[in-house]
Amino acid sequence: MEAYISLFVKAVFIENMALSFFLGMCTFLAISKKVQTAIGLGVAVIVVLAITTPINNLLLNYLLKEGALAWAGYPDVDLSFLGYISYIGVIAAIVQILEMVLDKYFPALYNALGVFLPLITVNCAIMGAALFMVERDYNFAESAVYGVGAGLGWALAIATLAGIREKLRYSDVPAGLQGLGITFISVGLMALGFMSFSGVQL
Amino acid sequence: MSEIRDMIVKPIISNNPIALQILGVCSALAVTTNLKTAVVMTLAVMIVTAFSNMFVSMMRNHMPSSIRIICQMTIIASLVIVVDQVLKAVAYDTSKQLSVFVGLIITNCIVMGRAEAFAMKNPPIPSFLDGIGNGLGYGVVLLFVGFIRELFGAGTLFGFEILPLVTNDGWYMSNGLLLLPPSAFFIIGGLIWLIRTFDTSQVEAPDFVICKNSQKEAV
Repeated sequence: MEAYISLFVKAVFIENMALSFFLGMCTFLAISKKVQTAIGLGVAVIVVLAITTPINNLLLNYLLKEGALAWAGYPDVDLSFLGYISYIGVIAAIVQILEMVLDKYFPALYNALGVFLPLITVNCAIMGAALFMVERDYNFAESAVYGVGAGLGWALAIATLAGIREKLRYSDVPAGLQGLGITFISVGLMALGFMSFSGVQL
Repeated sequence: MSEIRDMIVKPIISNNPIALQILGVCSALAVTTNLKTAVVMTLAVMIVTAFSNMFVSMMRNHMPSSIRIICQMTIIASLVIVVDQVLKAVAYDTSKQLSVFVGLIITNCIVMGRAEAFAMKNPPIPSFLDGIGNGLGYGVVLLFVGFIRELFGAGTLFGFEILPLVTNDGWYMSNGLLLLPPSAFFIIGGLIWLIRTFDTSQVEAPDFVICKNSQKEAV
């Protein structure tokens, strides 16, 4: 149990997807002008990450890994080179299914998250979590915890940045730094703040 | 001829994918702690962008628009698999250092963004050149950031010692912050400031203008 809590805290704060691995930066910078939309996108990312990371883990362990096809009678087959294309396919398909399910059964939620879902397919944070899961050899339970933690960390970062940017509109920024430039600098300062978590050990 | 030149040169400064279009920032920040990975990453992205643009453009009239994203994804993912396998075979150590970031070229917004914005509307050869141009624009930023981070962070360039470090009986005290993630943000922020100081047409209008202080100060 402790190992899972430690993994979760690590994924949220210490190895924050956005601030220490720079994943999902494009959407992170583009959709962080208002707190409301930022939180909507953050929640959508948490949901998608929590579903896709464990599913990709199953895919890896039962289809792609060397010897994974032993249950089908092919113990020597190694399909790991097909990894990238399968993960992205799974992510795209799940986002599509999620969109349809939300549209049919939870219209209120769909209205809140709907516009962000297509964007999420190309969000590097989702693909990044899948690839980190592979690289670090997580098992099924670990990958589920990691998915939720990574999503929460990303959501936390984008909501905070949106709060900063809302206040920043009233500041007198030098002309050349206006907009994108000052956003980069503020993200840098946030990343510096998050680095102080790096000593946390559970 | 000038059109071709425009297609390659324009994305480097005046329409830079990272500094202006905010595309592909993720990997730009992560692989720039030293120049070697930055160069390898640039080459990989350039090849993928150019060829994916070309193939998407060849197939653009045969793709139904409702499933075009997944078609583009498949093309891009296949190209990235090829690049990744080649890297693993030729430069195994560098590919280990790049870790997940080669795979993340699939979701790199430059590749997707150019396929969607340019290759879907133009014939294969201009699309190919557009891909090269945008890959170069990406590379210029990567090399700039990588140069600063490696030179001042570790005192080396491509692993060769340029500024002798104090720890090696030299005179240069390295700036450890430059090897940490936050510095990349500061450097790119500064780079954007630099570009926009010379090319003022890129400056974004502020949401609110602070009015001049018209009242006399109280005596």
